[in-house]
Amino acid sequence: MAIELSAVRYRYAGASKAALGSVDLRVEPGRVLGIVGPNESGKSTLCLVAGGLAPRVIGGRLEGSVRIDGADTAAMRSHELAQRCGLLFQNAAAQLSGTTGTVFEEVAFGPCNLGLAVADVIERVWWALRTVGVEDLAPRHPARLSGGQAQLVALASVLALRPQYLILDEPTSELDPAGTALVADALARVARETGAGILLVEHKTDVLARIADEVVVLAEGSVALQGTAAAVLADPRLAELGVEPPARVRLEREVRASGLEWPAALAEAIE
Amino acid sequence: MSVEYSVPSAPSVGSSGFAPSTPSAPSIEFEAVSFAYPDGTQALVDVSLRIGPGESVAIVGQNGSGKSTLARHLNGLLRPTSGRVLLNGLDVREVHVARLAERVGLAFQNPDRQLFAGRVSAEMAFGPKNLGVRGAALDERVSWALDAVGLSAEAASNPYDLGYSRRKLLALASVLAMRTPVLVLDEPTTGQDARGVARVKAVVAAAGGEGSTVLAISHDMRFVAECFGRVVVMGAGRVVLDGTPEVVFAEDAWPALRATYLEPPLPAVAGARLGLGATPTEAAFVAALGRASAKSL
Repeated sequence: MAIELSAVRYRYAGASKAALGSVDLRVEPGRVLGIVGPNESGKSTLCLVAGGLAPRVIGGRLEGSVRIDGADTAAMRSHELAQRCGLLFQNAAAQLSGTTGTVFEEVAFGPCNLGLAVADVIERVWWALRTVGVEDLAPRHPARLSGGQAQLVALASVLALRPQYLILDEPTSELDPAGTALVADALARVARETGAGILLVEHKTDVLARIADEVVVLAEGSVALQGTAAAVLADPRLAELGVEPPARVRLEREVRASGLEWPAALAEAIE
Repeated sequence: MSVEYSVPSAPSVGSSGFAPSTPSAPSIEFEAVSFAYPDGTQALVDVSLRIGPGESVAIVGQNGSGKSTLARHLNGLLRPTSGRVLLNGLDVREVHVARLAERVGLAFQNPDRQLFAGRVSAEMAFGPKNLGVRGAALDERVSWALDAVGLSAEAASNPYDLGYSRRKLLALASVLAMRTPVLVLDEPTTGQDARGVARVKAVVAAAGGEGSTVLAISHDMRFVAECFGRVVVMGAGRVVLDGTPEVVFAEDAWPALRATYLEPPLPAVAGARLGLGATPTEAAFVAALGRASAKSL
């Protein structure tokens, strides 16, 4: 059981260079795999490949294999794939259907298409809205949301499908610090309680420090670093790779770089 | 270790002979501004704010607190339900949107609501062309602005072949090319890696250095503390705090900050824990820690 990428290489249609060079990784049920890397290092491409949308929907050339629970995504039907894997795109506002008049209907759109009983749909919608803390947006018009609110609603729409795997491309990019913390904790809880496996692309390394089990650093389409979240996020090579270390790691480094001691009193106070 | 970028000096404005001479930065005044969207959502409640010419101001606040709504009042996209927005004392309601566009450039939160051309160079030229800039002066502006955000190599690309982070930098560049004396940036650092954030910081610093007024909406408290002299905190459509980063992120302001679901930056928290005073940035914290340990020796 897992999403397994083996020796994956992917080139967009018409591109001269591969966007992903050689990627091996596993997204396991109940665990959060964090992906970081500088801009254009292949993170969003990785999401499209892991979710089976590339090359199925957008074309291009895939080598290696992408398997979901042992089944090759290339051989799966689109609806099977959609039921196992929920994707949240980087531009979440673009993901809202544009066909619904309220946030409630928007979040219900996916579960309705799964053919669930109405009572189940309603339960899932409220669960999803509650999970990301936006129940009060239920009657609002989806086109009349702030950037961060739209992102939360898009995430709720994906959660309401209750997929076995979640592939999330920067789900907190437009959120305020409280919204970010709320989503981070919600994702950790979803992984723990529903057993969903989560692939989480995130520039905010503080979020990964908080909830990721493992972290992969991508650079130019390949895996540059891989390991437990604690080890990778404290790795001195992170900054060289164009990734901002967590605030705590950075502050300690700045203090030591000035020849000062890292105050013991701070160790637990700001964990 | 961290990357620093510099922005090349700006081309002179009006060298084409067509361009209107760019006015110097106006003062901006919000006078008891309230705004409700047509669906009844009350986005701004009695906001009064004065921003002097050349000030660099960050606007922070929780999602849905009215930050983007506030920004859209500055270029005439929205007009207050009550109250007034004044540029140099002139009510923006009485200023034609085209005139406002010469003064206030707004980079949207979502670049895809802004970008439309099939080529980066065409996207970049659109704004200045509409201000009457032509020929060599136009080319100069376009290449300068692309250079400022590090996209010089992409002039011939299709904007939608660029990743999200670079589309966002492109949207910023296309606003820079307008050379407006007021720059309004809605969440300029989201989706950017360390290098992209460094680019945005360099742009903000350069614009401020030239005497432009910069208003940035941001959730990135580190960016806010390091790049802006003034921070305005919004909560539920109102201004709840307004001051320097030292004041807004000082321990006694935390309750108000947290009531709007914001967290002070880590160096501020660390400084307060150690009794070092207000240290909103890493540099301020390290300096204060250095002074404290020198004293104790």
